[in-house]
Amino acid sequence: MDGVHDMGGMDGFGKVEPEPNEPVFHHRWEGRVLAMSRAIGVFRAWTIDTSRYVVELLSPNVYLTAPYYEKWFLRNVRLLIERGLIDADEVAAGRALRPGKSLTRGRFTLADVELVTRRGSYGRPAPAPARYKVGDRVRTKNIHPTTHTRLPRYARGHVGVVERLHGAHIFPDSAAAGKGEDPQWLYTVRFDAQELWGADADPKLKVSIEAFEPYLEHV
Amino acid sequence: MDAHDHDHNEGSNLSEMELRVRAIETILVEKGYIETAALDRIVELYETKIGPHIGAQVIAKAWSDPSFRQSLLEDASKAVGALAQVGRVGDHMVAVENTPQVHNIIVCTLCSCYPTDVLGLPPTWYKSFAYRSRAVKEPRAVLADFGVALPAETEIRVWDSTAETRYLVVPMRPAETEGWSEAQLAALITRDCMIGAGLPKKPSEVA
Repeated sequence: MDGVHDMGGMDGFGKVEPEPNEPVFHHRWEGRVLAMSRAIGVFRAWTIDTSRYVVELLSPNVYLTAPYYEKWFLRNVRLLIERGLIDADEVAAGRALRPGKSLTRGRFTLADVELVTRRGSYGRPAPAPARYKVGDRVRTKNIHPTTHTRLPRYARGHVGVVERLHGAHIFPDSAAAGKGEDPQWLYTVRFDAQELWGADADPKLKVSIEAFEPYLEHV
Repeated sequence: MDAHDHDHNEGSNLSEMELRVRAIETILVEKGYIETAALDRIVELYETKIGPHIGAQVIAKAWSDPSFRQSLLEDASKAVGALAQVGRVGDHMVAVENTPQVHNIIVCTLCSCYPTDVLGLPPTWYKSFAYRSRAVKEPRAVLADFGVALPAETEIRVWDSTAETRYLVVPMRPAETEGWSEAQLAALITRDCMIGAGLPKKPSEVA
């Protein structure tokens, strides 16, 4: 979707302001939200792509003003309710009003922590040979799906060069739409900045995206 | 919940957000989905164990051991996972090397994808709208915000992390560090230089 989350190339957000000696969490609740997000991830009630999509679905004024981990919190509450793991009246009451659903994997305990503090694998067997090889010139499609996509606006409809192949990965556009993993080849596609930003762009700048095969076409 | 009794002392100082988050945690615990101690442990790991010191060890080894450097550039997940002091890291990690000709910088314009296995959780600036919007269009100006000025002839290479691949920058080893141990070198390696938003410290800065 063409949402405010797709920020590459926008102007007006000001300077980048690094915070010296920044703490990992600025408030206790941020750590709790992070930890809950990791923990409930193991129930596989939704995918990482769905979780990104639900953040993108926040209204633009919330997206642009809520603290980072508040967005995660709002996403968690929405998905927990949608998947029937908790109920809206429980959120209002601040306590459980009925027993939990039985989960096939059981409760998330200390023994499970190791599972969630290392990233998983998103690679999958390739359904077909790769259409492109390193060095090929490719054009990104000019697409504007109203659902989740990982092809950023600034890189649509532009010609680049395939620099790397990463094997086939879960295709986020399908996974977030509830259409399964639908593995697709993943490429690093490199663009000259002048292709993306016009003749005035830095001639010594190159930008790459990670592009799934359905985003690409032959030049 | 016994583990939270001490929090009652905070009384009215609790923010609205703290209360909202606590309510959800209470519900998840009462419904039997999660154990409070497991959440405590996750927070503790990110606060004390999973951070940029891991990446610094990786880079220091790459600077010291040419065969490790080669393995890292060929398959970073495999190379890092084979380091005894680090252990398993997630798949799809990619290390990209700075040279006198090319400076690499990592961003996620769509959300906040970051190599957490080796750098911990991302700093606020990495998740900021300013960084996400500008890094792909005017990275030299972004670098200036960090006090970094590179020669105009140096190519800037921006990697937008739009998939599950996770990029780690291998900075150039600073001059006048011949004979340094990996532990000494690691002290020069900042989080920001492994994202490409900074450069390693100079030997004079840690002397």
